[in-house]
Amino acid sequence: MAQKRVLMKGNEVIAEAAIRAGCRNYFGYPITPQTEVMHYMAKKMVQIGGNFVQAESEVSAINMVYGAASAGARVMTSSSSPGISLKQEGISYIAGAELPAVVVNIVRAGPGLGGIQPAQGDYFQATKGGGHGDYRNLVIAPASVQELYELTVEAFNLADKYRMLVMILGDGTLGQMMEPVAFRDEEPVVNYEKPWACTGRGDRKEHNTITSIYIDPDVLEKKNLELQEKYKVVEENEVRYEAIGLEDAEIVITAFSTCSRISKNVIRQAAEMGIKVGMIRPITLWPFPSKIIAETAAKSNVKAFLDVELNAGQMVEDVRLAVNGQKPVYFHGRMGGNLPTQKEILDKIVEIHKGGNV
Amino acid sequence: MIDFSVILAGFGGQGILSAGKMAAEAALYEGKEVSWFPSYGPEMRGGTANCSVVISDEPIGSPVINDADVVICLNQPSMEKFEASLKPGGYLIIDSSLIHIQPTRSDINFIAMPASDIASELGNMQFATISMLGCLSKATGCFSRDSFESSLKEVLPERHHNKIPGNLNAFDKGASYAK
Repeated sequence: MAQKRVLMKGNEVIAEAAIRAGCRNYFGYPITPQTEVMHYMAKKMVQIGGNFVQAESEVSAINMVYGAASAGARVMTSSSSPGISLKQEGISYIAGAELPAVVVNIVRAGPGLGGIQPAQGDYFQATKGGGHGDYRNLVIAPASVQELYELTVEAFNLADKYRMLVMILGDGTLGQMMEPVAFRDEEPVVNYEKPWACTGRGDRKEHNTITSIYIDPDVLEKKNLELQEKYKVVEENEVRYEAIGLEDAEIVITAFSTCSRISKNVIRQAAEMGIKVGMIRPITLWPFPSKIIAETAAKSNVKAFLDVELNAGQMVEDVRLAVNGQKPVYFHGRMGGNLPTQKEILDKIVEIHKGGNV
Repeated sequence: MIDFSVILAGFGGQGILSAGKMAAEAALYEGKEVSWFPSYGPEMRGGTANCSVVISDEPIGSPVINDADVVICLNQPSMEKFEASLKPGGYLIIDSSLIHIQPTRSDINFIAMPASDIASELGNMQFATISMLGCLSKATGCFSRDSFESSLKEVLPERHHNKIPGNLNAFDKGASYAK
């Protein structure tokens, strides 16, 4: 049962969702535009007997996450772009040690200290590694405050299910905005057994070890192959996306999170002008919804793709790989913390439509 | 109503962000889709503050507003900055107790109301923004007085409910300036 809709800030909803998902351990370090996640956790964790630590740095916070996850606890940290860069060493270690954890990145404009306004310039970092070594994080991109809630709860289940790090990739818009959210009376929390966790040897014959170091090349290669096998299973089972109007679309927009919201309104405006526009919105950025994009590219009604992002063109590379030359893929991006207007995107659509590509 | 957008702007400390939230809460009470987006970052008391509120019957695209239906200003820098953001035919509502310039555009509806004087007379400066919400409601109908009252009852803790009549009084005073 859904409760009545309440008006809440995205950042606060992430924290509330984590608590509802059974997260009782939060370690973080403040940075705009995600600090409200911390504020909320600081206030709530003491009331519910959880652990809140404002660490001395992002590096410290992610290693506290490593520790709590090793003990089998549900644990989260959050930050924004420069802070997430600092956490990358720990993120790679978490991947190597196969620990379940949730990391939230409320992305701001970069590179470097950049600015504090919304951006999607961390797509590459989130989906292609970020830290060292062959590993993957499951990356989820909510597009509304309601989705921030539902997908954060889901993130904890997925992290435990696959023993891997799940990243919630938002941006300054989502984190700072207030929107209505309807909480459920009961959360779909799945309690996974964690026989691998370091909780004291107890009756076990051997003590459990959490590590990411394997000095013997053959042992490490085997470990790597196991990881790749796991990632394959995730790719097969966990791809999520939203598809709109693909049956008769001439132009298909690909956009995630904030850009997908703006694009939805463009679809409506384009329809009024007689241009049929559809959209594929990846909800998981890794695993990426390549299959539906490839299938859509093969359709005769689809003449072109337009990828819209808050960066210089990052996800568009994955879109192009999936389209594989079947149709032209155009790009429109804004940077520095600016958002594209509906008019900008519509103008681009009209231009593509006129260009004889449709 | 699709993507009806309101920008509220003034000095930090005038209650701009809270007023925007109250407008959003009132529209939410009517079952509308709403979004509220603040200026954020290194803000300070006495500096400028603004927020964007979007009210819609449809899911909201961008919470960031490029063309506003209404701009509410509580200081002169805000008016100079945001007058250009209004759609033709939009409403520019200003606190004439604090702003003594005229709009440069003639294609908009201009309402000058002495919001701070109203608040001062009522003995609570927080009523300045409330009176302007009254004007907003009356001039555009983006939310009703009833919804404003009901949402206050819902959102405010019980111990503050004795403050609702005062707020409604300020709201009504502001509404009388709507045209």
